[in-house]
Amino acid sequence: MTNRLDQCNRMAEGGRIDRSQPLTFTWNGKDYQGYQGDTLASAMLANGIKVVGRSFKYARPRGILGHGAEEANALMQLGEGKETIPNPRATQIELFAGLTAKATNGWPSVDFDLMHWLGKLGGKMMPVGFYYKTFMWPEKMWMTYEKFIRKAAGFGHASAHPDPDIYDKLNQHCDVMVVGAGPAGLAAALEAGRSGKRVIIADEQNEFGGSLLATKESINGQSAITWVEQVTAELAAMDNVQCLSRTCVFGYFDHNFLAALERRTDHQGMTATSGSRQRIHRIRAHKVVLATGAIERPLVFANNDLPGVMLSSSVATYINRYGVVPGNRCVVMTTNDSGYQTALDINGAGRTVVAIVDTRQQPSGRLFEAAQAAGITIKTGHAVIEARGSNQVSNALIAPIDASGENVTGETVTVSCDLIAVAGGWSPVVHLTCHTGSRPKWDETIAGFVPGDSDQDQYLAGAITGEYTTLGALQAGAKMGALVTASETSTSYACEDESVCPPQALYLVPHTKSVSRAPKQFVDFQNDVTAAGIALANREGFESIEHVKRYTALGFGTDQGKTGNINGMAITAKNLGKTIAETGTTIFRPAYTPVTFGALGGRDIGELLDPARHTAMHVWHQQHGAEFENVGQWKRPWYYPKGNETMQEAVNRECLAVRNSVGMLDASTLGKIDIQGPDAREFLNRVYTNAWSKLAPGKCRYGLMLKEDGMVFDDGVTACIDDNHFLMTTTSGGAAGVLSWLELWLQTEWPELEVYLTSVTDHWATCSFSGPNARNLLAKLCDDIDLSAEAFKFMDWRNATVAGVKARIFRISFTGELAFEVNVPANKGLYMWQQIMAAGEEFGITPYGTESMHVLRAEKGYIIVGQDTDGSLTPQDCGMDWIVAKNKDFSFLGQRSFSRPDTSREDRKHLVGLKPKDPTVVIPEGAQIVPHAEVTIPMPMLGHVTSSYWSACLGHGIALGTVKSGNHRMGETVYCPLADGRVLAAEICSPVFYDPQGERHHD
Amino acid sequence: MLHIYCPYCEEMREEEEFSYSGEAHIVRPKDPKSLTDDEWGDYLFFRTNPRGLHHEMWHHSAGCRRYFNVTRDTSTYRIYETYKIGEKPIVTGEKS
Repeated sequence: MTNRLDQCNRMAEGGRIDRSQPLTFTWNGKDYQGYQGDTLASAMLANGIKVVGRSFKYARPRGILGHGAEEANALMQLGEGKETIPNPRATQIELFAGLTAKATNGWPSVDFDLMHWLGKLGGKMMPVGFYYKTFMWPEKMWMTYEKFIRKAAGFGHASAHPDPDIYDKLNQHCDVMVVGAGPAGLAAALEAGRSGKRVIIADEQNEFGGSLLATKESINGQSAITWVEQVTAELAAMDNVQCLSRTCVFGYFDHNFLAALERRTDHQGMTATSGSRQRIHRIRAHKVVLATGAIERPLVFANNDLPGVMLSSSVATYINRYGVVPGNRCVVMTTNDSGYQTALDINGAGRTVVAIVDTRQQPSGRLFEAAQAAGITIKTGHAVIEARGSNQVSNALIAPIDASGENVTGETVTVSCDLIAVAGGWSPVVHLTCHTGSRPKWDETIAGFVPGDSDQDQYLAGAITGEYTTLGALQAGAKMGALVTASETSTSYACEDESVCPPQALYLVPHTKSVSRAPKQFVDFQNDVTAAGIALANREGFESIEHVKRYTALGFGTDQGKTGNINGMAITAKNLGKTIAETGTTIFRPAYTPVTFGALGGRDIGELLDPARHTAMHVWHQQHGAEFENVGQWKRPWYYPKGNETMQEAVNRECLAVRNSVGMLDASTLGKIDIQGPDAREFLNRVYTNAWSKLAPGKCRYGLMLKEDGMVFDDGVTACIDDNHFLMTTTSGGAAGVLSWLELWLQTEWPELEVYLTSVTDHWATCSFSGPNARNLLAKLCDDIDLSAEAFKFMDWRNATVAGVKARIFRISFTGELAFEVNVPANKGLYMWQQIMAAGEEFGITPYGTESMHVLRAEKGYIIVGQDTDGSLTPQDCGMDWIVAKNKDFSFLGQRSFSRPDTSREDRKHLVGLKPKDPTVVIPEGAQIVPHAEVTIPMPMLGHVTSSYWSACLGHGIALGTVKSGNHRMGETVYCPLADGRVLAAEICSPVFYDPQGERHHD
Repeated sequence: MLHIYCPYCEEMREEEEFSYSGEAHIVRPKDPKSLTDDEWGDYLFFRTNPRGLHHEMWHHSAGCRRYFNVTRDTSTYRIYETYKIGEKPIVTGEKS
């Protein structure tokens, strides 16, 4: 029984909680009890907890404001250790046994906060734009300031441990997607479901019903809850309907694509005991019915952020749905009829309604009369102009106001109370409609923004359109359900008379003092934006609502202005002498409520983040201790350290082995495109700079591919297999782009060419071995062709049998040595590699990786497209004019651009060799190249270093780089100033450092 | 995320399967050498970039590998039609 006593605000009966299932939870280190069916917020309120956090900027005490997604204050640090979750709203956390939560801020505690001191001073000292104005100078100090500000102001903290849970994504398709399962959504889904269409209905709450879960109204002569239960059961029984509760549609994207987060186990515990904790539904719908309802607006008055000031509809929800009355002596301030129902509910729960304070001068109607009949004091034409209390509401100042709502017209009286329920009218939840680019439009009759025109196949039903009665929502839902299924008739509904008295549009409650002198009147609770702050921003010249938002932070954060935006825009409009329609609204962006990164990542994490491509010989490389390098998605052996070798030692050893005997590289990753058809040769003529008309079968040729602007885009060796058949190789990283490029021209500009392209990159495994002993090695494995230098020339290829396997052997070289590339079908790749390694043992064959490949090719001045080029170099810039045909019939891709003024000027950057003056030095890649050793600012920039290595065979550092007019500066000295203060001198030279005559690879 | 009808596959497919490939109906000059630098520059670099109706090329890169044309509104993202290379758009925004 002691537990009952602890829950001081819990009603003896009523609500959708199970009093037979008490649950213990911990808040800020103390144990409390709630019931199955509670949210953390309802359980906290049941226990009389008032202060749940401190505000963002002023560190003021804050209490629970709402009951759902609109909650701005009650952000929790949920759970502990690696399971902890920052910033969920207490109003959306379903209570489970053993739940622990604490405030996200407040030091040393939320009840006594030191920062609050600053906040109090901040009344004068922290105006809007405070951070911009105070901490912008000196600029370099910003990082220091920011650290302090974040620590002082921040919300919850994320776990630094790996997420213990798994998450899923699910692709869904449906005819009708219904968002929201209140009266409108349920009626729509029922209509659509009965038509046999495939329907998905999703609602963010734990059960369907929306506003009906907290109403005493009736539908068709029975209680609303009974109707909800019947409809939910009928929907659940339909095979064509999928019901998703605890599922928040957080994004609405183009062409009726929606993203929804389903919380599968969050209500059971911190982590899932089996399966996924959450999953994202990616839904493509033919038609979308938005029945997202409306959020009640708070009223802006002095100290309206004191704990104990709550939304009127939330108070009613806590009473009717959770059996909790969050106060003993309540004042209800309202601008419309909805406050009356709350007052009646409080009264019915046996607590005192001190007064209904109605800002309207002459309200009337059914609810007004019901409140009168219940004997509740009603003060019309009045407002609560200020709340008072330390840490929570203890008094309300009530004063008469005029019909315009702009002036206090009489004496203020103070009444004692601990709860002020505020009903400031309703704001349709238009957020999702904004996600697809639609701008909300102002509707004067409901004093709210409603969805604007949309290009989506979208239908609206219920409170999102400003239709706030239950009957109206049901009928609109049924009508839209019928419309999207093209049925002629729709179900009709009957409810009690809900005739309403017109609301008053009141966005800022007047005070006896001016806005700048009155106690703070909060507009946006989460971001601590006040009416005075907005006024200051407007005075300082911020007139566009988008600028006001960014200057004041109105509508920022996880809240996204759910409660504050409309009031803030209306206050801005009034300050500027405009209408709200003229001022307009900021736009709501996804996500509607925060989504965990875990869910967004789903299973696409760790090894599954990106596919890894392995060559056929990968296992061998692993077994032989290779370090790997990522090249696109490929894992390529980088170098093969032996023993305690450093990388440089291993690379030196590998390079020398190639120069002195033989080494082998896995070259399987090179892109390979099989090109066939009678026009294949002509096609190559058009896409490469050189001529292909006379290349005979059995021959290979190096080619340079340009974009139409004349810049180098890819390179590689292409072999003529037969007259109508070629095999093109591309760079490892560029293969996919080259294939798309070739397809583009064939399909769009040259459909008359009969050419067929097939990507065969993965079909072939390539063992590339280089060095003086390469031929001797090949001779041990291949005896069915003549391997002599005269019969099998450089740039020839042959069909042959190697180690018993049919292979294509290419005599091409990227190292400058005698080299052969043996290509075999990929499933023979590992076998071939092992055979060659075994046969090469007597020559000391050494496997080498990409790093040594880079060194060896740089010694020869061979470029790597994408490393030495960056899309701004022509063949001439690269010193490769020799490969540009001058007299081809067809103007090949890029050719015309050579004569453009910018491409033909002489002072372009040229790719040149750079020899460090100090032979022991290796210039860092990326180093800037300048003309003088003395560093003056600004200094003319000549270019940068693109490749730089230690050459073991030459015994000094070598580099390639781009230098302005480099071809005309041979022998000149340039300088590379480094971040550490050193300035390295280098001589401009030919990029070919080794064997400039090319004698070795011709051998 | 767009939902695109591939005129070759004859199916609605997700945007993830496609790659954007720039403005459609840019014809490569038959004889580039006869063009002035300005004319060649126009072909190389200048695109209409309209707000509103736009004819553009897409590539069904993770599907049939065919290029095709799309008439799309760049402000609403509505797709009015997709059509094969070599065909003419029906929706042009011009009064017929």
